[in-house]
This record gives sequence, structure tokens and C-alpha cells, in this order.
Amino acid sequence: MSSIDVPLKKGGFGTTSRTDNWWAEPLLVFLGYMSFIVYATWAALQGNNYLCTAQCGGADYLSPMYSPLLIEQAPAWWPAFLPFSAAMLILPFPGLFRFTCYYYRGAYYKAFWADPISCSVGEPRSSYRGEKKFPLILQNVHRYFLYFAILFVFILLYDGYKALWFTGPDGAKHFGIGVGSLVLILNPILLGGYTFGCHSFRHLVGGMKDILSASPVRKTAYDCAGCLNRSHMKWAWVSMFFVGFADVYVRLCAMGIWHDWRIL
Amino acid sequence: MADKATFRIWRGGNGTGHFVDYATAISPGMVVLDAVHGIQAADANDMAVRWNCKAGKCGSCSAEINGKPRLMCMTRLNTLDLSVPVTVEPMKTFPHVRDLVTDVSWNYRVKTKIQKFKPRKPDAPDGTWRVQQADVDRPQEFRKCIECFLCQDVCHVLRDHNLHEEFIGPRFLIYTAQLEMNPLDTGDRLKDLKDRDGIGYCNITKCCTKVCPEEIKITDNAIIPLKERVVDEFFDPLGGLFKIIR
Ligand code: SF4
Ligand code: SF4
Ligand code: FES
Ligand code: FES
Repeated sequence: MSSIDVPLKKGGFGTTSRTDNWWAEPLLVFLGYMSFIVYATWAALQGNNYLCTAQCGGADYLSPMYSPLLIEQAPAWWPAFLPFSAAMLILPFPGLFRFTCYYYRGAYYKAFWADPISCSVGEPRSSYRGEKKFPLILQNVHRYFLYFAILFVFILLYDGYKALWFTGPDGAKHFGIGVGSLVLILNPILLGGYTFGCHSFRHLVGGMKDILSASPVRKTAYDCAGCLNRSHMKWAWVSMFFVGFADVYVRLCAMGIWHDWRIL
Repeated sequence: MADKATFRIWRGGNGTGHFVDYATAISPGMVVLDAVHGIQAADANDMAVRWNCKAGKCGSCSAEINGKPRLMCMTRLNTLDLSVPVTVEPMKTFPHVRDLVTDVSWNYRVKTKIQKFKPRKPDAPDGTWRVQQADVDRPQEFRKCIECFLCQDVCHVLRDHNLHEEFIGPRFLIYTAQLEMNPLDTGDRLKDLKDRDGIGYCNITKCCTKVCPEEIKITDNAIIPLKERVVDEFFDPLGGLFKIIR
């Protein structure tokens, strides 16, 4: 490539002529992610109060962090020194989906790795590999986590559906709506908004083609994904915090601290 | 608005120099370029500044105003805090020439290396093609580029890591996207993108998108879709298998 013959001046970490509060955004992102990571880790380690049934008037509310609840006891291969909870087998999938998400990548490279900490502000390191080399070249697996994430949206939708059925005193299931039902139905909707606005999804449904007009189905799918994609950042934040909130809701109800309000 | 404001302008040549404060008269509706011209006329006749259209369309007047890469002719004074001096500096990512002028010719050299437009055979006997507007919407967004190179200036891969030899920068990633997504084009630039053009160096931190005066969604609509096409071609074994059996 063409060379630059004059050495360019480089500032040290934090050097900038910017006069605005350039540190505020990375700081907020850092605090936002950290608070979610800390809570999610704590909640995943609990291994209890993820299901609210009798305490919720016969409901079947399952925390999204523990869904699908396939294995409740530690499998034989699980190392004895590690604490076990069902969430620990589940959370890596949505966790890695978000970790490799284009929006999250851009945001945590700034807030956690200062690469750059903010636009036109000097960086702490001079060497740089970006996503061109190992290890970050592995971020290219994102689409594989997307496939799992799509599955999760449907699993959680099913949980939302199950949250509409309450076991009555007669032992039979009756249709009903509690605040918990609404929480568990809204959750997969927000996750869907995030997942179907994924850049890889937009690419796979149509973005990879140069001529989209020839296939109206693809074109519509591409436009819909594009529409969600425009606010991908907002979906990312809202859906992340709502998963946390749904867990808090089920947990506090199961612990008897909150009481699920039955609307119907 | 006060009737005077101070501008702290970088003066000097070839990378050396210092800031000089100039107080100048201001009036409603003025942009930074007006103030710089006022200072040039009254106090600093020899100050070098590049500009042409004063309408945000030629891309000549790029500079860093209060540390942010911007067009001087599109930065209105009423959007700046005039109670303190406003700094105006040349772009940092290209070799400095004098005062506010930098040598952006590296960009032109990069452009010549990108594989040219290679249209398919004409659709009609008269040598013309038929395309649908829906299929050219995407490349047309990138054609709005005025080559101000503000995105190149702010991109940390060039600005902080000086990888000019290995990375073509956001401007030329959108240029490549414009060709790659063109429904008539038959060229294949994916290998170049991955290897020579260094698309992997972009870590999608979106500073380029934030500074683009044409509001092109550089990262979301050009770079990430190109990264996805590179994944299709080089990093997706399952997808590759799927293509073979199909
Ligand atoms: S998004 Fe990529 S190309 Fe744009 S400024 Fe950031 S690293 Fe550079
Ligand atoms: S993409 Fe935008 S910022 Fe970059 S050169 Fe073109 S107009 Fe300027
Ligand atoms: S890009 Fe964000 S989920 Fe795929
Ligand atoms: S003078 Fe043409 S863009 Fe500013």
C-alpha cells in the first residue's frame, strides 16, 4: 500500500483536544455491563428460586436465565470443585452471542479495552492486531451463536405461553394472566427485537445478495431485519436488562418478597 | 451571541508548530470557516487553509475543531462554547503541510489499488443495463461521500496505530462496498479486503460513522456487511458446505 513518508505525531493515553465529557459514554457502558455481568453471575450461581409455582398462585414462571430447564442436577462429568447450577449450562450461549455481537464488540473494545477509549482520544497501547489476527479473529463465529440465539427466542416464547396457565385447586390448568405472565411474554419479544436485528441475520436473510428485487420474500425479510438493525444498540440494552429484571421478578416472587399480581 | 470570540489555531509547517490565539468579530449565522477567513484577512494573511465550496460538498475544509474532526464550513459558531477559545487544528492522520493544511494524497493512492467496477454484459442490444431502484439503494448511500477524509482522520487504526500500509480506512471500505454491492458488478474484492485491505483491523467502534458529514452509516451499512461477506468466503465452514451441496 502507499506509504506515508512523514512520521505522524501520536499522543499518549487520554491525549485529546476534545472539550466535551468524552469519558462519560465509555464509563456508562462499563458500569452498565459490569452491573449486568455481576448480577447474572450471582443469579447463575444461586441454583434456586428460579421457578415460581405455588408462591405465584399456581403459575409456572421460569426465570429466563434457567431456561430451558433440562438438567437440574450436576451431570457426572461436571468437575466436583465447581459449583453447579442449571444456568451455567445455559448462559454461555446467549452470553457468547452477545460477546460476539457487532454492537457489543464496538462498545466493549472502547469501554473495557480503551481501543480507543473514545473517538480522537489517545490510546494506551501502540501495538494493535484488531480483529485481523488471533484471538479476536475468532469473533467471526458470531453467526453460529445467532443460530442458538434464535432457538432461545422460541424456547422463551414457549415459557411465556406456559406462564399463561395456572394450576388451580382442582389440579387442572386454567388460563390466566399475572404480572409475571406479562414479564415472561415481553422478555422473548424484546429478545426477538435484538436477535432479528442482528447484523449476521440481516446478512443471511438477504444482505449477501446484490440483487434483492428478484425475490420479494428475501427483500421483505431484509427490510424487516434492517428496520430492527437501525436500533440494534437500543434493543441490545433493553433486552439485556429485561432478562435481568425477569430473573429478579421470578426470584423475588419465589422468595415471597414480591407477590405476583393476578390480573385475570 | 457575544460579538468577539477567540480561536486557537495551529500555526506552523511540516508537523511542527504551535497554537496562536486570535480574537475576531463574529455575527449570527457564522461558521468556523468564516471566522478563520476573518482572521486570515485581518491578522494572519499568510495562514494556510484549504476550502472551496463553503457548502459542505467539496470536502476540502476538513479540520479538527475542539478536538473533533469536522468540516469548518458546516460547523456553526452557535453550536460551540465561545466563552473559551475554540481550537482549530489540521487533521492528524495525514502528513502536515502548513497551518491547517494536510497532505491527503495517500488516500488517492489507496483508491487506485482497489479493483475497478466490472459490469456484467449489457442487458440490451444497445449496450445498456436494467436495474431496479431497490437494488441500487445500498450503493447509492455510499455515493454521497464527498471525500472529506474525516472518517480516515478519526479512525484509530490509522490515527493511533499508523497502519496506513495495511488498512485502507473507512472511506475506502465504503468505496469497496459500493462496488461489491452494485447489482451490475461482477468483480470479487473479498480476498483483497481480508488480506491487503485489512478489513479485520476495523474493530467497529464507529468513530467514522459519528464524524461523517454526509451521515453515511459507514460501519453498520458498509463495513459490517463486508465483514459478513468475508466470513461467508473464509470463516464459515458450515456455510461453505451448504453451498457445495446446494
Ligand atoms: S468503525 Fe472501523 S473503520 Fe470506523 S473508525 Fe472504527 S475502526 Fe475505523
Ligand atoms: S465517508 Fe463521510 S467522512 Fe468519510 S470521506 Fe466520505 S463523506 Fe467524508
Ligand atoms: S450483531 Fe448484534 S446480535 Fe448479531
Ligand atoms: S469548503 Fe467545501 S466542504 Fe467545506
